[in-house]
Amino acid sequence: MMFSDSITHGKSSILVIGVGNAYRGDDAVGLIVAQHLKKQILDHVNILEESTDGSVLTELWKNYDAVIIIDAVCSGAKPGTLHRFNASPQPIPTKYFHCSTHTFGVAEAIELARALKQLPQYLIVYGIEGKCFETGVRLSEEVEKAAQEVLKRVRQDIITLHHGKAQNNTKNTNIL
Amino acid sequence: MRSKTIKVDYLARVEGEGALYIKVKDGKLADVKLKIFEPPRFFEAFLRERNYTEAPDITARICGICPIAYQMSAVHAMEYAFCVKVEGQLRALRRLIYCGEWIESHALHVYMLHAPDFLGYPDAIQMAKDHSDIVQRGLQLKKIGNEIVALLGGREIHPVNVRVGGFYKVPSMQELAPIAEKLKWARDAALETVRWTATLNFPDFEQDYEFVALRHINEYPLNEGRLVSNKGLDISIQEYENYFIEEHVQHSNALHSAIKERGAYFVGPLARYNLNFDLLSPSAQEAARSAGLSPVCRNPFKSIIVRGVEILYACDEALRIIDQYEKPEKPSIQAQPTVATGFGCTEAPRGILYHRYSIDGKGIIVDARIVPPTSQNQKTIENDLWQFIPKYLHLPDERLTLQCEQAIRNYDPCISCATHFLKLHIDREQK
Repeated sequence: MMFSDSITHGKSSILVIGVGNAYRGDDAVGLIVAQHLKKQILDHVNILEESTDGSVLTELWKNYDAVIIIDAVCSGAKPGTLHRFNASPQPIPTKYFHCSTHTFGVAEAIELARALKQLPQYLIVYGIEGKCFETGVRLSEEVEKAAQEVLKRVRQDIITLHHGKAQNNTKNTNIL
Repeated sequence: MRSKTIKVDYLARVEGEGALYIKVKDGKLADVKLKIFEPPRFFEAFLRERNYTEAPDITARICGICPIAYQMSAVHAMEYAFCVKVEGQLRALRRLIYCGEWIESHALHVYMLHAPDFLGYPDAIQMAKDHSDIVQRGLQLKKIGNEIVALLGGREIHPVNVRVGGFYKVPSMQELAPIAEKLKWARDAALETVRWTATLNFPDFEQDYEFVALRHINEYPLNEGRLVSNKGLDISIQEYENYFIEEHVQHSNALHSAIKERGAYFVGPLARYNLNFDLLSPSAQEAARSAGLSPVCRNPFKSIIVRGVEILYACDEALRIIDQYEKPEKPSIQAQPTVATGFGCTEAPRGILYHRYSIDGKGIIVDARIVPPTSQNQKTIENDLWQFIPKYLHLPDERLTLQCEQAIRNYDPCISCATHFLKLHIDREQK
């Protein structure tokens, strides 16, 4: 397995990126999940918070075999709905991640990376359906609850990835 | 005869939200409206009663692509008001951070937003499948521009390190050295950008524009200079409002600018190039000539080549500044607020950006005025479409729409700044 090779060389093999805007209500959820994960001791896992545009993602993940991205989405589903995409084998519908006002959102960045053959071997994307993206407000109750579920799921993904079982879990799902 | 209306409800690959409405009556073009429906943003009102020190940080929020332009016009206006002169290495560092913004913004527009039009792709993602190396070159160039902005500005989006009088913190030579190494690659990539864009197919389209840009005595304009045009304008920036007016038009939330008694004018890379060719670096001049550009170019579609020339210039200039850099003793010069009015006009990637502030004795802003480049180009974009569309009316709506969008993207419009862009509606009225 590629992961095992990386781990034996003492390098983080899994990257978790929380994406969002800290000042716009539920858009902060990706950042908040990343902050919670940083407080936990996770071997061989690097955790980043990212608030610029999606074009930086390729650069961030270029040395990683497995990447997990967490972001807020506005697809019209019930607030708090958790979408999970295995983005390595199949495109992400752009409707799920289109909140960026300039340049690239997460979905566009992933599809551009796919066209450029720069996707990591495993790429899991969590999208948490937001309720309120107003400036200066806290996470909504629904999104707060979904964030706790994402934390559990990401921890499980990390264990699975360490055991090289990611390829067994390729279905896109709506979890909550 | 056929009549129809074509509407593009959301113009893609432009910054901000706008639309295009085209009406064709009896086979002839009857109306063109570039509609900017992004709501007004009231920044000029937000600035009232704020301290003069806050203007660069508040106005930087107007745009995620060109925040440095806003910061620079703001600080120059304040410094004019308080008779502060920023010179030497601090002045050079301002040019350096502006070079970073030009590289970043131009690379994004050339490769990701405008090139797909010329090559027949709906977007850069589709283009990347066939032209991976080209798209990767564009992304790398953009990244280097971002790195310059991040190093000098504290972060790449909405940088926070620019202040009236200079910077909060200035870099060491050791911090700049790695950027210089990357800029050497970027200079070669910029040269390749000029060569590659010159191979694209350009519509045969030239107009008798009035180009307006800054002109400085001995440098290609970024921060300072007089406002000049190819039709005799030669004024100080303090005289801007004596010569330029803004008008409200019903179909746009962005005010239309015009030169008094003359009308539409053209700002941006093509205007700068035409009015300042002699001040480009020798390698940028040589690259332009080799690409088949003469010192004056009136074809707005060729602005994609000119953006490449300006990326090359920005790389040359950034390398020159880093080569001559010595860390200044202090990161800024103290300003003493007085009752005054200040004027600032700098060259944003999309063209001249004018700021005017009135300040009271305590340093509080009592009045602010901001005229961004896209609002200045709106009339010219509509005029271009009036001239351009009749040649293509025989095309099916979908093709006509693409042609119009390409023509609009010649100006790299930033609607977010202009209020701030685009949907297309073509109305072909049937008799």
